[in-house]
Order: sequence, then structure tokens, then C-alpha cells
Amino acid sequence: MKYFPLLWRNLWRRKVRTTFTFLSIVVAFFLFGLLMAIRNAFDVGIELAGQNRLLTIHKTTIIQQLPERYQAQIQATDGVRFVTHLTWFGGVYQDPKNFFAQMAVDPEGLLRIYPEYLIDPEQRARWIATRIGAITGAKLARRFGWKVGDKIPIKPTFWRPTDGKPETFEFDLVGTYRGDKDNVDETAFFFHHDYLMERTGDSGEVGWYVVEVEDPARADQVADAIDRQFANSSAETKTATEKAFAQSFAKQVGDTGAILAAISAVVFFVILLIAGNTMAQAVQERTSELAVLKTVGFSDGVVLLLVLGEALLLAGSAGVLGLGLVVAATPVLSRMVEAFLPIFYVPPDALALGVGFALLLGLASGGVPAYLAQRLTIVDALGKRQ
Amino acid sequence: MAEALVRVEDVHKVYQRGSERIDVLKGLHLEVPAGEFLALMGPSGSGKTTLLNLIGGLDTATAGRVVVGGHDLTRASKRELARWRAEHVGFVFQFYNLLPVLTAARNVELPLLLTRLSRAERRRHVAAALELVGLADRAAHYPAQLSGGQEQRVGIARAIVTDPTLLLCDEPTGDLDRETAGEILDLLATLNARYGKTIVMVTHDPLAAERAGRVLRMDKGMLAEQAAA
Repeated sequence: MKYFPLLWRNLWRRKVRTTFTFLSIVVAFFLFGLLMAIRNAFDVGIELAGQNRLLTIHKTTIIQQLPERYQAQIQATDGVRFVTHLTWFGGVYQDPKNFFAQMAVDPEGLLRIYPEYLIDPEQRARWIATRIGAITGAKLARRFGWKVGDKIPIKPTFWRPTDGKPETFEFDLVGTYRGDKDNVDETAFFFHHDYLMERTGDSGEVGWYVVEVEDPARADQVADAIDRQFANSSAETKTATEKAFAQSFAKQVGDTGAILAAISAVVFFVILLIAGNTMAQAVQERTSELAVLKTVGFSDGVVLLLVLGEALLLAGSAGVLGLGLVVAATPVLSRMVEAFLPIFYVPPDALALGVGFALLLGLASGGVPAYLAQRLTIVDALGKRQ
Repeated sequence: MAEALVRVEDVHKVYQRGSERIDVLKGLHLEVPAGEFLALMGPSGSGKTTLLNLIGGLDTATAGRVVVGGHDLTRASKRELARWRAEHVGFVFQFYNLLPVLTAARNVELPLLLTRLSRAERRRHVAAALELVGLADRAAHYPAQLSGGQEQRVGIARAIVTDPTLLLCDEPTGDLDRETAGEILDLLATLNARYGKTIVMVTHDPLAAERAGRVLRMDKGMLAEQAAA
């Protein structure tokens, strides 16, 4: 600590240069934090996906529906503990830009197979009992300012009511759910499948099935058994673990991890050049001062550590500030992107990685200047000054 | 005569500039008794500063021995020399060589950072050193806010703050006007007479040299008297 004033004053000797370098590093780590949050948003679905849950979709595409009668057959499959279904609604609330996922479900089935959705028991009972009742994630309710008891009108896009009533579906919001962890999606909207069928004419179809297996180790075998049952039928199925589907989806979007890592690497490389240049100049322009330090008794090692400490102080403080800013901005950013990235936060391991990168940046940018400062000979350096 | 604090025995210093060999010191002998104020004079290139650097452990001799206070500097490692300098030698430079980003007090404190003294103890030592050079009221000033003479006083305070036995001064008045130079020389004389500091001062200025107890002249890498002999 006794060297801190020396480090700090040396660091800010060229205020403009240091300020720009400092801000460059702050921005770089802010960007790093953002990229990690985006990456996490893609990965979290994969992480959360239950290994004991399978998805059964139409073999051709998830858009195509499956017969409702499959449910009983799947339930009867060896190794299946429970099955329920979900159906994509895809309606519009007030404006198409207000996108969020709406799904027609069997309420009891949904809450059983997704125990991570926590809902007040009274609201749960009311939802099950209310045919036009709906529940929504707490984040979605907050986004639109919904409260329990509100009427939520949603206009269908491809489902066409056949009951002669107004096209718009009007739901009673009877409850909100929360995730049992911070990274559970709280932006979905669920309502009764029966209500959908009632208004659109019972097609006898559902979107896809979610299957809970008894033994996760046998998940692949159970998936094969399900698909075999419907082989060569008019609606063949494709069954896999939730995790496999999540990974497959992420791959369709692109290898986000690799893309984001590449962007981060480029940003850090540029910042390394900027910080390295600052440190090199800082050492070059005060060779005589470093020689004076050595003259009064600072050893080569101490001088090396002083220069390295300066670089670490610059990169470390700016990096931590950048990461701190992105964490502070996350609540606001999260609301801005929650329609597309429902789970948006910088995970703690990414923050730790960021701090590690900041220290690494300090070492890398200060390494060569510190080595040169260590090698500096007093007589040569003072000779140039005198 | 007091026991020699500094003994330079048959010292040679050779620099190699490309293929050219430059003999800066050529078998030089010198003894400086403890408590002496010695001035080294001579033309540029005569080897004065090189000798001072060898006595201060800033450079190493090509041959011969330099012993200061019983320490054989020619056998010491760079690390040992750094520690030895911190404890036993104070340096005063022509251009003061203060760190512009630090206040006078912080500049003076620099050598004390290498000690185990507490912050409060360091402050006490700094205050005493600045008091001694008459700059107690300039402790919080930066070098740019001080006159040349004041900067040199801060440089001297930095040199004496660890209470070294030996002060090495390289043209300490070379960048000062006559009056200010006189004040600095008074200060060095006081440090020598009242506090018993052994001082070796390199100078071109005959008036500065007059303040020393002994003046030696160097020429072509040797002391003039040795060259004549």
C-alpha cells in the first residue's frame, strides 16, 4: 500500500492519455459483460433444460401439430412417468412488437411437469377452475403493468375462431408465476388448451408433448420407444431431451458462444494494444525517473513490480468499473431485451472471468515495459538526462 | 587522519563503444576519510562522474576494488548494491531529478519506502529532513511550484532522509545561479561540519570547490597527482 500514491500519481501523469485508455478499457469490459449476458441468455435454456424431460414434436417440424390421442400412448410407454402437451398460440397483444410466448396448455399438467414455476396455491386453483383464465410470468406482468384480475385481449394470427364471437381472445389474468431460480423464464403466458379448442373447433391436435421420464439415464431409450410407436403414421414424431432440443435450437441460431468469444477476443486484442502503448510511452518518457528510483535503492525487481503494478491498476480498475457498470445497467437492459432474451444477466462466473481478463490485460500490457524498466541501467539512463 | 571511509584501489573502467575501447579510469587510487568534504574537479571526460558512480555503487569497475565503509562494492550483486545504496549513500544530482508527479514530501519519502518504517515514522523523518534544508513550509508543493534552489534542497533532503554516511554530489550547483549555489554549498558544508556527513562532490566550479576541505583534480582517467607521479 505504501507504493500506491507513487503508482497512482504516475498513472495520472498524462491525464488525457490515461483517461482515454481508461475509458477504452471500461467500454471493452462493459461490452464483454454484455456479450457474456447475451451468451448466457442462449446457454441458460440449455442449462435449465431438464435431463428428465423429453420433448416429442412432429418429425417434420415443430410447427406441425400432433394428434391429441398420442398423449395416452406416450403415457403408456415404458419408462414414462408423466406427459402433458403445449400448443403455440402466437397472438398479438395490442401491437406486433409486443411479442411474447403464449401457449395453450393443460394447467395441471403444465404445473406438474415444470415444478420450477412457482405459483400461489389459490391462484393455481383459480386458474384450473377458470376456463378463460391465464397465468403469466412475473416479468411479463411487470413489462405490461398487468395485475391479477385484468382482462388481457390477444388477437390470434393463425388460429381462427369458429364460434362467431369477436376474433380477439379475452383472458382473465388469474395468477402470476415466479421461477424457483433467477434464471427461469418469467415471460411466458399460459392459458387453457380447452378454451382454444372451444373457440376454434376441436381439431384434436396439440403442438408438442413434454414427457417426464422415470430414469434420466434411460431417456434416449424412452425417446426411441415413443418415436417407434408412431413410425410410418401420418404424424411421425421426433423425441429428444429438452437439453438436446435447446442445443439444436442454439445451433440453428448460430454458434453464439464462438461468435461472441471471437468478438471478445478482437476487442481485448485492440485494448491490449492501446493499454500496451500507454504503458510503453509511460515508461519511455520517464527512464531518468526510474533510474533515480534505482539510484536511491529501489532494486530492479521492485521497479519491475512498480511498472507492472501501474498497468494492473489501470487495467484492473477500469475492467472492474466496466463490469460494475454492466451489472448496474442489467435491470434496465434486461427490460429492453426481455421480449427476445427473457433471461438476461451477467452470470457470476463471467464476472470472475472478466476480472481475470482485466488482470491478464494488466500483466500483458505492462509486461514488456516492466521488463525494460527492470533492465534499465542507472548510468545509461541518467547519462541521457545529464 | 581519520580512517578511510572510501577506498578506491587501482580501479580501471573501460567502456566499449562498438569496436572502440574507451579507458575512462586508468588504475586510479583514492582514499576519502570519514567526515571529509572532497571536491573532484577536472575537464569533461576526465572520469569524475564515472568515479562518483563507482563509489556510489551505480556502476562496476572493470578492474580494481572499491570499498566503502568496509563493503567491497566490486564483489556485490546488483541487488546487494541497491540495498547498500538505500542504507548508506545519498545522491544529489545537477538537475535535481525529482519526480514531478510527487510533492516535495513524497519525493523525500521515496528512499524510506524501502525501509520498515511505519507511515508515521516516515512522515517524521521527512519533516525533519525538510526542516533541515529549510523547506518545512514547502512540503506539499510539487517540483514545478518550486524554484531551482528549492528543488535542489528537496533533492538534498531526499539524499539525507535515511541518514546515510556518504553523500555523493554530481555538479550540485551546476544548474543554479551564483547566489543560490552559495546557499546550497552552505547547506552541504553544514551537513559535513555539523552532522559529520562525508561528501564527495564533482564540480566544474572553482568557487564550489573552494568550499570543500580537499580538492582533487582529475585528468584522463587519473588523479592529477597520480598522473604526475
